[in-house]
Amino acid sequence: MEDIGNLFHGFAVVVQPFNLVLMFVGIVLGVIVGVLPGLGGANGVAILLPLTFSMSPTSAIIMLSCIYWGALFGGAITSILFNIPGEPWSVATTFDGYPMAQNGRAGEALTAAFTSSFVGALFAVIIITLVAPLVASFALRFGPPEIFAVYFLAFCSFVGLSKEPPFKTVASMMLGFGLGAVGLDQMTGQLRLTFGVEQMLNGFDFLIAVIGLFGIGEILLTMEEGLSFRGKPAALNMRVVLQTWAKLPRYWMLYLRSCLIGCWMGISPAGATPASFMSYGIAKRISKNGHLFGTGQIEGVVAPETAAHAAGTSALLPMIALGVPGSPTAAVLLGGLLIWGLQPGPLLFVEQKDFVWGLIASMYMGNIVGLLVVLTCVPLFAAILRIPFSVIAPVIMVFCAIGAYTVHNNTFDVVMMVVFGVAGYFMKKCNYPMAPMVLAIVLGDKAEEAFRQSLLASQGGLGVFYSTGLVSTIMTLGLIALFWPLIQAGWTRLRSGKLRPAE
Amino acid sequence: MSQTVKETGGTGPSHRSVEIGVAGFMALLALIGIYGSIKVGIGWADDGPRAGFFPFYVSIVVLIACAINLISVLATDKERLFAEWGQLRQVLSVLVPTIVYVCLIPYLGIYVSSALLIAFFMRVFGRYGWIATVAVSVAVPILTFLMFETWFLVPLPKGPLESMLGF
Repeated sequence: MEDIGNLFHGFAVVVQPFNLVLMFVGIVLGVIVGVLPGLGGANGVAILLPLTFSMSPTSAIIMLSCIYWGALFGGAITSILFNIPGEPWSVATTFDGYPMAQNGRAGEALTAAFTSSFVGALFAVIIITLVAPLVASFALRFGPPEIFAVYFLAFCSFVGLSKEPPFKTVASMMLGFGLGAVGLDQMTGQLRLTFGVEQMLNGFDFLIAVIGLFGIGEILLTMEEGLSFRGKPAALNMRVVLQTWAKLPRYWMLYLRSCLIGCWMGISPAGATPASFMSYGIAKRISKNGHLFGTGQIEGVVAPETAAHAAGTSALLPMIALGVPGSPTAAVLLGGLLIWGLQPGPLLFVEQKDFVWGLIASMYMGNIVGLLVVLTCVPLFAAILRIPFSVIAPVIMVFCAIGAYTVHNNTFDVVMMVVFGVAGYFMKKCNYPMAPMVLAIVLGDKAEEAFRQSLLASQGGLGVFYSTGLVSTIMTLGLIALFWPLIQAGWTRLRSGKLRPAE
Repeated sequence: MSQTVKETGGTGPSHRSVEIGVAGFMALLALIGIYGSIKVGIGWADDGPRAGFFPFYVSIVVLIACAINLISVLATDKERLFAEWGQLRQVLSVLVPTIVYVCLIPYLGIYVSSALLIAFFMRVFGRYGWIATVAVSVAVPILTFLMFETWFLVPLPKGPLESMLGF
């Protein structure tokens, strides 16, 4: 098969010494980013994006995606040892991970978490290797209506699948589209919504939004809650690792289920966080030990970690194959592609073979390197959390500011970052999801372009979105996703005579 | 903003009033969006939809969503606190220095401003001695300088101090 050959070629690119060093640096930075409060996958990658401007795109994406894997691994360390989820998707890991650490089984919990993350990611990468080229070659046939339909599906899934109130999701998403529209209109070349303010000519860059919403906003939240780090000792020796590994294969069914949940949630842009909760919830209901969940069950660590990592990884599938990122971090990576001069989307597989297969190969390698790094260096990373917040907080602020400045070499952007930070604080407190807003700012221009081109072809008739079988199917899927909560409620009511209602 | 007093805990603004504020602010942005879109034209020109077409409808949806959110907020518990005043003071104590920091960057450059920010945090919140404070707050910008300007060749904003040193 041609793809296999390409993949091996990708491996050859990845194992070049320079790229291996970048991979290692990326993983270490990523774990640090994942461990620190206020820095997560999305804004960690956004802040470090400028470091890659002088690299080749392949090296750059290897380093950035490794930061992402590192962040996914890092979230588990703080959840288990400190009961502080470093990332939203590791909240579910604290339920059983922290009790395990309290019972002196921290090593077992960490090993289980890292191994599960690895399995989840590996499963998702295999899915990407097999499916992404097919999706991409299929998507090459897409015209503007189909492209818009794909965006429609992506955004509808947000509304239907997120746990926030649907109209809050809609409000923040549409506000994102509005913010994305500010500045130069790409189709007519006209300025809009700038109100004569010079700094708004270029519009709002989503990288600024990411750094502000997720970085500054998170620090403000952390400040409000007050920080007390009281960690459990972290000792990982080979014996514990091997003992835990011997135990894990008996949970293969749990793994498989969590992987599938993760991939499904990751590809539809619901993301890693709901995937981890869903996987935990289902494992709790199905497991024989379900009533013991929350007291330190290893299954309660395996389920959310596998799903979160599978989701986090598979979120890159639509990004590579369609140019539609499945998560804020994937969106930042997509922004990186644009900066390096690559056009995301199905053509990438045809025109930039080296890049795509280098990225996919680095997913395999990055997760193996990541597993080794975290298994060996846990005490080191746990020590980072013992640095007092009064030192780490201003340093994080400084890096956020540098990250925001370097996007356009513009100090006004740094001011905007703080504005987004305050907005992020209020949005988070009031339960408005931020991921749809970020994705809307990224994809706004493209979605609008596809929408307007479709309308142009049909002279304004909305019927163009139901004109062919393909576009109708995607649009219908989108509508199903949009009204999913209603459909689910109706279905539950129908069956409520026999079964107890779903959560 | 209405205030809520609870007998057990501290006081602070109610969650409800903040929610109303957020929804109101989003609605305001939507109205600005609608106004701006109408100004550039929301209809059709010879070459297709005008520039304001898409943002206009997007803003309309934001407005509708805000109205629905507002209605559902009005039905919620009035007693729930958004945060206690003490917590909000904590938040402000980080936010205000950050705003000052950001405003200093264009004048002092990012390195000097960063040193000041770190020193401020360490002295005021960490109560560190002067030696530790100066050591960290000087070391971090120097390391940043080496990493960005020399290693990765990314220029950052510089101020009078750097130009004095000849950069």
